[in-house]
Amino acid sequence: MKAIGYLLQKEFLQIFRNRGMLPIIFLMPFIQLVILSNAATFDVKNVAFHLQDLDRTSLSRAFREQFTGSGWFLLTGESFAEGEAINQLVAGKADLVLVIPRDFEKELMSGAESRVQLVINAEDGFSAGVIQAYSNEIVQAFNRTLPAVLPGMQSGPAVREIVVKSSAWYNPELRYSDYMVPGILVILVTMVGLFLSGMNIVREKEIGTIDQINVTPLKRYQFITGKLLPFWIIGLGELTLGLLIARIGFDVPMLGSYPLIYLVAALYMLVVLGMGLLISTLTDSQQQAMFIAWFFMVIFTLMSGLFTSIESMPHWAQNMTMANPVRHFVDIMRRVMLKGAGIRDIALPLSILTADAALMLALALNRYRKVSN
Amino acid sequence: MTESVTRGPIKGAVENLTNNVINAEGLTKVFGEFRAVDAISFSVGAGEVFGFLGANGAGKTTAIKMLTGLLAPSSGNASVAGFDVYTGAEDIKRNIGYMSQRFSLYDDLTPLENIRFFGGIYGLRRKEIKEKGRALIDTLGLASVADVRLKALPLGWKQKLAFSVAVMHEPRIVFLDEPTGGVDPLTRRRFWEMIYESAERGLTVFVTTHYMDEAEYCDRVSIMVDGRIAALDTPLELQRQFGVGSMEELFIRLARAGKGGRHEE
Repeated sequence: MKAIGYLLQKEFLQIFRNRGMLPIIFLMPFIQLVILSNAATFDVKNVAFHLQDLDRTSLSRAFREQFTGSGWFLLTGESFAEGEAINQLVAGKADLVLVIPRDFEKELMSGAESRVQLVINAEDGFSAGVIQAYSNEIVQAFNRTLPAVLPGMQSGPAVREIVVKSSAWYNPELRYSDYMVPGILVILVTMVGLFLSGMNIVREKEIGTIDQINVTPLKRYQFITGKLLPFWIIGLGELTLGLLIARIGFDVPMLGSYPLIYLVAALYMLVVLGMGLLISTLTDSQQQAMFIAWFFMVIFTLMSGLFTSIESMPHWAQNMTMANPVRHFVDIMRRVMLKGAGIRDIALPLSILTADAALMLALALNRYRKVSN
Repeated sequence: MTESVTRGPIKGAVENLTNNVINAEGLTKVFGEFRAVDAISFSVGAGEVFGFLGANGAGKTTAIKMLTGLLAPSSGNASVAGFDVYTGAEDIKRNIGYMSQRFSLYDDLTPLENIRFFGGIYGLRRKEIKEKGRALIDTLGLASVADVRLKALPLGWKQKLAFSVAVMHEPRIVFLDEPTGGVDPLTRRRFWEMIYESAERGLTVFVTTHYMDEAEYCDRVSIMVDGRIAALDTPLELQRQFGVGSMEELFIRLARAGKGGRHEE
């Protein structure tokens, strides 16, 4: 047991003396936290909007004002020639083109219907969907105002309609930082665990000290504990700093319990540290370890539901994410922080994380041998 | 100068087989088709300074790895410090010290921190580590740099420290794999004085080297060629047997006859 203490002492000395590692541990994660949390938003605002009002009547003006006054769209240009609108789209100067046809007012006045054309740039399918939804809302709102404006319809019976009033639960102000910060915290903790632990052991291989360790009577479990415990501690320390920043800097609510978060984090760190150790047993240089860790990091992050919703992934991909530890920790963080979920509510992801941890550590322990070559 | 490092004749350890601390019988390591170590047999007596020579690629490092429990042999038998290399690798590790050709202390730690770390993982008590550490620093003349990180120290100092750390837990055998590479003759001479002092106290020294003057300092010498032991005896006896005037001449003659030697020409 004492041997582990000496190993820990040595590791901490080395970690805090490594000028290349310190910024990775402390600076990089928080720069990411601040930048990503503010930049990563699903809000679609100030959509570049190009108008072709071929009708130029008071009704068409009322219609276009609904768009420009909505706050979502920013009028960037107007034209009257047919091909011009498409040129604007192609040139990237507009993401939405609205074409109001020549007889817009006349047709509506005569009680017929009129068709307006919306052309949306769908390079980014998600934003296109949002733009379309906004536009539909505006068109419908405009339709509701028509009976009051159109003389022919005033005599008609009052239209009863169903109004949907929505209220957002768990994030009432729909603040994206509330949604993003808990997830990004998970990424930070993952980086520390996966990269630093894996690279640390490979480094001893590179400089040859691993052989010196392997000829000592130090036991396997002692070596591994001594190697992983520092990063386990650093990871939880990082989470603490991150939670403080979330609370103070981003004002993210904390409806659940901190002990529960730490319990899950403690378990989760075992998963990533196990992976880091496994990578280190499979590689001979820090570069190799970096590349493999990066490979998993990208897949885990993109398939975690952090940036893109898992529900909109194809079925096979959704199934794959069930094994992704990042997905479950992101899920748990959001549920505990924003919904106040208790341990029973997160039983399923928690048990998957437990299984992941057991699997990773078993694989890593099995691969790590106190022999060379 | 030479007087300062020569010792009396071997202390009868070789004749007394029960006193052997290393016994190898047909020890072999095969990597795929390649027989890195091909059925070597030899014994090393307690307190002996045993030179383990051979050209690069002759199989020395592989043999050392098998004897130190870092690599399982393909066939053959060997015991080190009374423990079998197959079943007692971890017991062997408790009874040996090891210093590899790749300088193997931590460059980003100070001499004292290295001493404390290795003392700690060999299970020395805190008080012991403190006392030995202080004594070591004094004998090696490292007092002024005891708190300087190793990377700032000259290689010769680091090698002496590495040797001292390797024997700090008082092992029965110490394995030195090209311990004096890359330093000047005077520094090498001082290093060998340390080796002799330890051997006088009963430590068995198993050392590989490419310096033939160092080979002459050994009680007995073996020369490996292509994974086999081509010669094994005292330096003087070997020179007489092969009718050569120096260890260097003998080494070159044997190494050139091997495959490795022919490749280089």
